[in-house]
Amino acid sequence: MSAVILAADDIQVAQNIGFGIIAAVMVVGALKVVTSKNVVHAALALVLVLSGAAAQYILLGAEFVGVSQVMVYVGAVMVLFLFGVMLTRAKLGKETDLDQPKAWVGIPVALLMLGVLGWVLIDGFGDERLPADASPKAVVEISDSILGPSLVPFLALTFVLVAAVIGGIVLARKD
Amino acid sequence: MLVNNFLLLGAVLFCIGVYGVIARKNAVMVLMSIELILNSVNLNFIAFSALHGNIDGNTMALFIIGVAAAEVGVGLAMVLLIYRNRKSISLDELSEMKG
Repeated sequence: MSAVILAADDIQVAQNIGFGIIAAVMVVGALKVVTSKNVVHAALALVLVLSGAAAQYILLGAEFVGVSQVMVYVGAVMVLFLFGVMLTRAKLGKETDLDQPKAWVGIPVALLMLGVLGWVLIDGFGDERLPADASPKAVVEISDSILGPSLVPFLALTFVLVAAVIGGIVLARKD
Repeated sequence: MLVNNFLLLGAVLFCIGVYGVIARKNAVMVLMSIELILNSVNLNFIAFSALHGNIDGNTMALFIIGVAAAEVGVGLAMVLLIYRNRKSISLDELSEMKG
């Protein structure tokens, strides 16, 4: 992957260096999420990955999605996760039974999938460049898209959210 | 910037998330791995949106963020319910429906 990054650094050196640093932080954080023996540490590593994703969105000129990512994921979803950890596990610190007994089965599956995906992507997109003069997308364009062509999926999403709220209350209520 | 940088980063995160779903036994950790997978998909949507100069990728990414928030809410409510009934959220012990 570093070869791919180096191949592009004749233009936009700063953006490529920024991408490389954020990508390294994200990959290390993601590995920490799936290997950590401590549930709270895994949740904090997930914060690192989600914040890095928000930074990548801003690097790609999608500021509104980046800000939404910070508010929804880093703000709300992480609080939900920490509450879930707190309410289901009384003890803090290292745990021994977080992994399946045959956890190694996941390694060849993940590596095979990564190999196929990487081959397809390098074969399909090669050294296709992003447009160098990409200006940030205006929020009005996103709202025109959501309230125009994507109105029906948007209304469906509102029903999903209402159903999730009602379902969450019904499931978690004590009675 | 090459579009492949972002697509390969998304692929790496996706595979790490798949490993987490397979390898983890704690239900909360499996939900965290699913979040990794959803974020890698979002990264692909934004990268293609920037590549083609089309706004639809941003719209889809916002929809995915909303659906993922709903999914985490319902998922954690179910985990709490299972924990309250069984005092454990180990996915190995939920085998009543095994044929």
